[in-house]
Amino acid sequence: MRKTLTMTVLALSVLGMTAMSAAAEDTLKIGYIDPLSGGGASVGEGGLKTFQYLADELNAKGGILGHKVEIVPLDNKTNPQESLIQAQKAIDSGVRYITQGNGSSVGAALEDFVTKHNTRNPGKELLYFNYAAVDPSMTNEKCSFWHFRWDANSDVKMEALTSYMKGVPSIKKVYLINQDYSFGQSVRTEARKMLAAKRPDVQIVGDELHPLLKITDFSPYIAKIKASGADSVVTGNWGQDIALLLKAAADAGLKVNWYTYYAGGAGGPTAIKQTNLNHQVFQITEGIPNSGYQPAVDFEKAFRAKANMSLWYPRAVNEMRMFKLAAEKAKSIDPVKVAAALEGMEFDVLDGGKGFMRKDDHQFFQPIYISSFGNLTDKETFDEENTGWGWHLVSKIDTPQTMVPTTCKMKRP
Amino acid sequence: MLEFVPRNNAIPDTSECIVLELIVISTINGVLFGMLLFLLSSGLTVIFSMMGVLNFAHASFYMLGAFFGFQLTRWIGFWPALVLAPLLVGAIGMAVERYGLRSIHKHGHVAELLLTFGLAFAIEEIVSMIWGKSPMDYRVPALLDFPAFTVFSTNYPAYKIFMLAVSGAIFVALLITLKRTRVGLIVQAALTHPNMVAHLGHNVGRVFMLVFGVGAALAGVAGVIAGPALVTQSDMATLLGPILFVVIVFGGLGSLSGAFIASLFIGLVQTFAVALNGSLAGAFGPLDPSFGPSIITDIWNVTISQIAPILPYVLLVLILIVRPMGLMGSRET
Repeated sequence: MRKTLTMTVLALSVLGMTAMSAAAEDTLKIGYIDPLSGGGASVGEGGLKTFQYLADELNAKGGILGHKVEIVPLDNKTNPQESLIQAQKAIDSGVRYITQGNGSSVGAALEDFVTKHNTRNPGKELLYFNYAAVDPSMTNEKCSFWHFRWDANSDVKMEALTSYMKGVPSIKKVYLINQDYSFGQSVRTEARKMLAAKRPDVQIVGDELHPLLKITDFSPYIAKIKASGADSVVTGNWGQDIALLLKAAADAGLKVNWYTYYAGGAGGPTAIKQTNLNHQVFQITEGIPNSGYQPAVDFEKAFRAKANMSLWYPRAVNEMRMFKLAAEKAKSIDPVKVAAALEGMEFDVLDGGKGFMRKDDHQFFQPIYISSFGNLTDKETFDEENTGWGWHLVSKIDTPQTMVPTTCKMKRP
Repeated sequence: MLEFVPRNNAIPDTSECIVLELIVISTINGVLFGMLLFLLSSGLTVIFSMMGVLNFAHASFYMLGAFFGFQLTRWIGFWPALVLAPLLVGAIGMAVERYGLRSIHKHGHVAELLLTFGLAFAIEEIVSMIWGKSPMDYRVPALLDFPAFTVFSTNYPAYKIFMLAVSGAIFVALLITLKRTRVGLIVQAALTHPNMVAHLGHNVGRVFMLVFGVGAALAGVAGVIAGPALVTQSDMATLLGPILFVVIVFGGLGSLSGAFIASLFIGLVQTFAVALNGSLAGAFGPLDPSFGPSIITDIWNVTISQIAPILPYVLLVLILIVRPMGLMGSRET
């Protein structure tokens, strides 16, 4: 008896070891290129935790086509140059898939790099999954077959935001404040254009660009907003630029409504709570924790319990799950085949409803939600950053209403 | 292609009343920001003027102050933290002087500079190891969480007035201590004539250690106070570090009054620059469209408010050309 037991243990451990080494060889590595130090580190770390959670989730169900998924963290310090070095490092260690989100300046550089790399190294192609760089040019004039974007691009978000603002007659004077780089500039350009088309009666009373992630005190900007007599502010600010902006507004007692892209990022909710702007800060996202859609609620609960943060990136969930489906459809983890399978793919998104990856430009379209931050009702169970306040659903824009045209002329291999 | 939109930011129907409002509010904001800058740079000036050491880790001591303040506020409340956190930072500063700077003093100022430079990186890494990289939820104490007064329907939080008062008090206290007391006399003498001071029975080493400790503690005070008003996170030192050097070089290295004036000046310049929408295009009319979107049109259309954050550095370059010793400085930098 003892002998059989020993034999079994031996056999099992040998089996286990071979299984493990086989898994190590067949690991599907995804290079995560985002800031893990410097000003963008707080958002970058959040993204890393999210992707690691998602990889664990896939691995618990047998990985992708039997391959164990591994996230390889690569710190780019929010710097395009550094990102290319990290991408090369990833390629050298056998990575065929990279994912990145923070900063369109980085995104555009990576997209260009990946395209060039793939032209020069046939058979060693690299795919770039973009979960948050939203500069529209990446799926328009600079579009690439090797790039897929799961986040709604800036134009889509502005389209949805202005559609909502169209129905709020109390908006009369709008102030635009944005970060001075490609993304911030595209936000202000589109806001001007779309507001002029949808609400010609609305007056743009200010249009500000400020340096990216450099301002410590926004009081002078707030004084200017106040002097302009604005009743609403539209901003694409992210990271500390939104947190500090809101903080300065609260200190000065500025009473306006905020229409934002990223008020929910690290530090944002804390700042809004400090400002006491109850349901006056709006955000536009592809999902909210308190949507009431059961699978999303369950996911949020499990994710918070393990990762100790709220889910900022429902799009990352869509990205990883679609990756698995595309690989299964292509019956391969070869990037070229996966890319072909992803084109035009329809998918039931995490927060409910249909989304699809448009073949023309590799932009994912999905339902978009506008929510406000403040007191929660009894049914809304998720708060943010332990403030007791959370996101409350204000408006849902269905997939067809989020479609914007593209100028992309896709070059396929 | 990104559509080219002229950067015409002009605010329409600007009445005189609004202009006055903007001037008054910008002045107040400028003074508040300037006093915060002084609070931050006072310790740096003290250390430089008394010891001749340019402390690159000063902003890191400020960050330590903010994080200690945050942690102690959690445990024992804001007011005890306001006393304890600077003492802790001061103690760390003294340890750095005693076991670091003193032993390499004989190798000259470059070695000292390099030590503080390395220290700044070490402190940043240690802080992000302990507290992580996300911003802390460091709040203004309830006692000061109300609007102190209202000008043109803009509130000024009591906390900012408190910051102003602390900063002013530190300026006066430092000035009196250094210029009017025996302690100040000995400290100043120790810098120029260390041997004579030692022969008179004073422990020069301890004097330097205390000066460095006080300088670090002042940074600590600034951290505890500025933490809730700005963001408390592990990159706050890198964010504010460079501007402190502008302040002390502009004011004249080692001059306390110079740092005070420079702080206020830079605070006001930056605040007013943000409020202004003027650009070359605004002054001389738009460029001929044949230039297209190019670097020339970029420069032509950039507004003063957009370059506000780099103005202090422009001032730094200008003052070094025109008056290398700074506003109130007594020696060449």
